[in-house]
Amino acid sequence: MSFFLETLVGGLLAGVMYSLVAIGFVLIYKASGIFNFAQGSMVLFAALAFVTLREAGWDFVPALLVTLVVMVAGAIAIERFVLRALIGQSDLTLFMATLGLSFVIEGLAQLFMGASVHELNLGIDDIPIEVGPILVSQFDLLAAATAGALVISLSLFFNFTRIGISLRAIADDPLAAQSIGIRLPTLWRIVWGVAGLVALVAGLLWGARQGVQFSLTLVVLKALPVLIIGGFTSIGGAIVGGLLIGASESLAEIYLGDLLGGSVSTWFAYVVALAFLLIRPAGLFGDRAIERV
Amino acid sequence: MSSRLKKALRGLAFAALALAAVPSVFSAAAEEAKQQYFPLATFRVGAYASSGIPVWAGEIDYFRYINEVEGGINGVKLFWDECETEWEVEKGVECYERVKAGKDGSPVPIFLPHGDPISKALTEKTVADKIPQITIAYGRTESIDGRVFPYSFPVLFSFWSEASSVINHIAEIEGGKEKLKGLKIATVYHDSPYGKETQVPLDFLAKTYGFENIQIPVPHPGNEQSAQWAKIRQLKPDYVFLRGWGVMTPVAIKTAAKTGFPVDHIIGGIWSGSEEDVRPAGAVGKGYKAVTPFPAGADFEILKKLKANIVDKGLSDLKDPKSFGSVYYNSGVIEAIISVEAIRKAQSKFGNRPVTGEEAQWGLENLKLDEARLKEIGADGLVQPLELSIKDHEGGGAGKILQWDGEKWNIVSNGWVRSDRELLLPLIYERAAAYAKEKGITPRPDVSN
Repeated sequence: MSFFLETLVGGLLAGVMYSLVAIGFVLIYKASGIFNFAQGSMVLFAALAFVTLREAGWDFVPALLVTLVVMVAGAIAIERFVLRALIGQSDLTLFMATLGLSFVIEGLAQLFMGASVHELNLGIDDIPIEVGPILVSQFDLLAAATAGALVISLSLFFNFTRIGISLRAIADDPLAAQSIGIRLPTLWRIVWGVAGLVALVAGLLWGARQGVQFSLTLVVLKALPVLIIGGFTSIGGAIVGGLLIGASESLAEIYLGDLLGGSVSTWFAYVVALAFLLIRPAGLFGDRAIERV
Repeated sequence: MSSRLKKALRGLAFAALALAAVPSVFSAAAEEAKQQYFPLATFRVGAYASSGIPVWAGEIDYFRYINEVEGGINGVKLFWDECETEWEVEKGVECYERVKAGKDGSPVPIFLPHGDPISKALTEKTVADKIPQITIAYGRTESIDGRVFPYSFPVLFSFWSEASSVINHIAEIEGGKEKLKGLKIATVYHDSPYGKETQVPLDFLAKTYGFENIQIPVPHPGNEQSAQWAKIRQLKPDYVFLRGWGVMTPVAIKTAAKTGFPVDHIIGGIWSGSEEDVRPAGAVGKGYKAVTPFPAGADFEILKKLKANIVDKGLSDLKDPKSFGSVYYNSGVIEAIISVEAIRKAQSKFGNRPVTGEEAQWGLENLKLDEARLKEIGADGLVQPLELSIKDHEGGGAGKILQWDGEKWNIVSNGWVRSDRELLLPLIYERAAAYAKEKGITPRPDVSN
């Protein structure tokens, strides 16, 4: 029983890490209806910028602040030079633009900061602690707390600030929102800036876990089934989706892997996501599209 | 027959004649060319760039050393260009197709695919084009049998030798092979054809020596392994053999530490044993071991020569000086040494000029690097003694054990840890024969040229 519990808790904590990446997707989708393919590249860019400053001798806080400024500046540049020209274009066109952006961001990251692998030490000892009969990672607990704080802050921001309410209006009906004076470019800059902040948090935690290297872009593969389950428009849904995916893939790896003769966690996450898609196409917490016909 | 059809048939006949004439055209061109072309398939961008960049630096620095200090191979200087593969099969094959015809009159003597999947995709193409591919520490293990795989050379250290050397190192720690009986040895492997390559030899060695063989797959890319290491905690193996690639290795080391598994009881495979693999794991990587045919260190004589003649003179391809003497840099130097020595051997038969792939194949199959020759090169201790033949395209089969001290690798084995090649070769030949049967290949006779 303790082995089952340990596997389950390990999976849940891993799921929180997936949620961190998924939240970045949700933010941009929620505000603009764009599936931002470049979110993984933003995670890489943020972590690489931070670790490059640290290796150049910068202290933790200044490096963090400068990286945040770089991410916000990047968000403004993306809005000014890519998205503004595409206002009114189809969702597919915007998606393709983010696909192109992902390659540009990856290329710029490697061009200016190199392709080397970096260690990222956040000063958190990753020594396991015993909770009853099971071992729990301190680092994973801190990541879970960070994700929780992020979800609460973003929920407050979206529900109780003027900007947040404007963002929801844009998401519901961009044309109607603009007709009452809400400026789409300004809101896009804000939401891409916040997505940059989320990418920075995800980049730091994933980078500390696996090293800062190009494969950070691959963490988005873990976020996709999370989004399908939680819904593309719900920040809380991203957390619930992450927990479900983390726990199910971890348990499947242990209890189904041997039966099926190989690793199952990657595709099992998508099996779970597909099952949810069939039952609830908008995800557990996603907005259902209602159209007058 | 219509005139259009006649024209088409005539065109086909000319094309066939032209193709038949290719080898002789190459030989003639090779005699006229002054320099030896050596194309490099590289991956300087993409997910694995950090692993590749020091490798090309080691190769290019050694080629420059041969040109600048030794005046070329018997006076024939090397020239090269790069083709970016991003470690992707289709791009690797495209690169091979682009360069195989040679350049400026020089044929291609050897192709280094730099990627296990690329090398597998090129197995039959290299036979058709008569260009040997050298796949040090990757590629099909059964291509050791040159009777069936005439143009594939998994020189030095195949995956089977890797697995066997690790088991023999564990036997050394435990006090002899008889002490392996009853041990639990878990292999945590990248769930890919590369990762699965050691399953057959480990199964065989487990039956031979009586240890329990546990296999635990990790799906690509391996950035989340809590389930796999929970299983390790449950099964309590004595040792873990870690066969990772890319991000899988540091995540494995970190997750092992999180689950309380002693890191010094993990022995990494060849592609889990570089600075790039262990540095991101941070302090918990201290004590981690790995087997390698590419010993790290800058104290080898040839490394001192490269430093003095290439690096210190600003001629190095290395952007990060910290990587000088690293596992990957040294792997590039080793690959270049073997390529240069194979061309030199081919020249001893065919003349001091650029050689063709077919001639380089002869050079490889007659290559002998004994202690004396390695000492002359300055590579003793860096490259294991090696003797290749038609029946043995591996030649070496030993690795050194490195241990990470938190800053750098230290060699902790007493010289080269040999694999049980005498036990494994019959199985390898059986698999090669099965491949030949499946593909309808008639094996070459094992005669020396």
